[in-house]
Amino acid sequence: MSKRIGMEIAMAAAEAVALCRPDVIAAYPITPNTHIPEHLADIVADGDLDCEYIAVESEHSALSACTGASAAGARVFTATSSQGLLYMYEIVPVVPSMRLPVIMCLGNRAISGPINIWNDHSDYMCVRDLGWISMFASNGQETIDMCIQAFKIGEHADVMLPVLVNLDGFQLTHVVEAMMMPDQEEVDKFLPPRKPFAALHPDNVVSMGTLGLPDIYNEAKKANDEALINSKKVILEIWKEWETMFGRKYEPIMSYKANDADVLMLTMGSMGETAQVAIDELRKEGFKAGLLDLKLYRPFPADELKKAVKGCKNLIVIDRAVMSGGAAAPVCAEVKSVLYDEPDRPVITNDIIGLGGRDVRVEDFIKIFKKAAKAKPERAYEIYGVRG
Amino acid sequence: MIEVRWHGRGGQGAVTSVELLALTAIGEGKYAQGFPSFGPERRGAPVAAFNRIDDHHIKVRSQIYNPDVVVVLDESLIGMVNVADGLKPEGVLIVNTAKTAKEIAEITKFKGKIATVDGSSIAWKELGVPITNTTMLGAVIKCTNAVKIESVKDPVDHRFGRIANKNMAAMKRAYDEVKFN
Repeated sequence: MSKRIGMEIAMAAAEAVALCRPDVIAAYPITPNTHIPEHLADIVADGDLDCEYIAVESEHSALSACTGASAAGARVFTATSSQGLLYMYEIVPVVPSMRLPVIMCLGNRAISGPINIWNDHSDYMCVRDLGWISMFASNGQETIDMCIQAFKIGEHADVMLPVLVNLDGFQLTHVVEAMMMPDQEEVDKFLPPRKPFAALHPDNVVSMGTLGLPDIYNEAKKANDEALINSKKVILEIWKEWETMFGRKYEPIMSYKANDADVLMLTMGSMGETAQVAIDELRKEGFKAGLLDLKLYRPFPADELKKAVKGCKNLIVIDRAVMSGGAAAPVCAEVKSVLYDEPDRPVITNDIIGLGGRDVRVEDFIKIFKKAAKAKPERAYEIYGVRG
Repeated sequence: MIEVRWHGRGGQGAVTSVELLALTAIGEGKYAQGFPSFGPERRGAPVAAFNRIDDHHIKVRSQIYNPDVVVVLDESLIGMVNVADGLKPEGVLIVNTAKTAKEIAEITKFKGKIATVDGSSIAWKELGVPITNTTMLGAVIKCTNAVKIESVKDPVDHRFGRIANKNMAAMKRAYDEVKFN
């Protein structure tokens, strides 16, 4: 039976990962994800989890160790943030290319510079195109759930890809709140042991991660891209199974009061629920406002987005990262690209908020909403709240 | 929903306070958030920490700008930090001080309800250290009725182990000794 707990979300993520019985964890601590590997190290040291915990000297080594262990057939986990992710960057695209189901928690944090330890999505945006399945949690419960789901999705025979579970640094990692924690029996029932397609073993020699010459590189890329796109089918199946077992529903785009909405706002991560409160306030004022909350960023849920925005006049895309010199901020650029061919697409505006830990308040969403609902946008995107 | 903002200095345990209050409320079946003012920890520097407590899932994740309750763990912050900033007129300001509520009202210019307790003396006596976080939690519980004082025992036991009883004793004294204007 699941148990209601009060706990810091980072520690709850660690406990959820421990329930998945990882064989190998390799991580290097960096704010704000630190409490995840730290608590897992405690669990292993206390003898509560039979796992090889490798205290590596860098993030590059963390992901390298995870890659090797996963290639040997182990269930593996790591966690990082910001500069730590950038330090492991070289290995990040190698993992999906080798079709290895490494699971990583990313405690989202701004990247330098200026140096900043607080939350935004700029770290994730550096790796979004490197082939990892990517989910964003809005609260502690979703963090726990996604950590467990990630292993089943990534290790599925039709997927075999790494999965990133994004949780906003501080805004989620450092908050104590109430959550339902599944028990070991439930997780064992949901998540069977990993059955690798192939594993490195001295008695059964295979080659992995070999050179891709020009005559095969195109095909390798195509195969990888298709694998990621096709993973959505499995993700949806596994989310359905989760809902049946635990009663909590997951969809690539979750909607809130969106059915009859004229104006929709789209958010990702911990902003989602704060934005729901803004939608409630706007509804009280008579606006037909609704919210779309993007849970799955890779593979990008294009069909779901097209369906979700049908009938709405304005779409306000909220980003938490800048795509310097780009046509829009990252989520919005993607949204615009998906909706370009739609005959009745809404007017799309793009506001960037919450950079480097700038607090995101209910009233910020209300101001952005009222600004966007009035007129056509003058600029492609705006960094909201910049002082003059 | 009750929103609480704690003011202290790095090392005085404001983060432990919000954790204990949140865990206590959750233990009673309520919903709660406890979180620090995010950032690097610097001993002695002014810090804030926050609690929200409600009967259902709390959606807002911003910091707290218009609290119902403000708790000041360190009197020397008053004047340096505007502790009553945004505090609701019908809210309560709870201060660890040997001064009277009237004196605190004059310094802070807060016209609403003020509660005072000499938390530092209690902590010295009961704990042997001038760390007032658990002590002041007693005053907060008395002033807000957000949770029952008995419900704090489990989280305090879990957090403090063999010194849990001393912390409970300090907390109960503050609960009994806090005075209102």
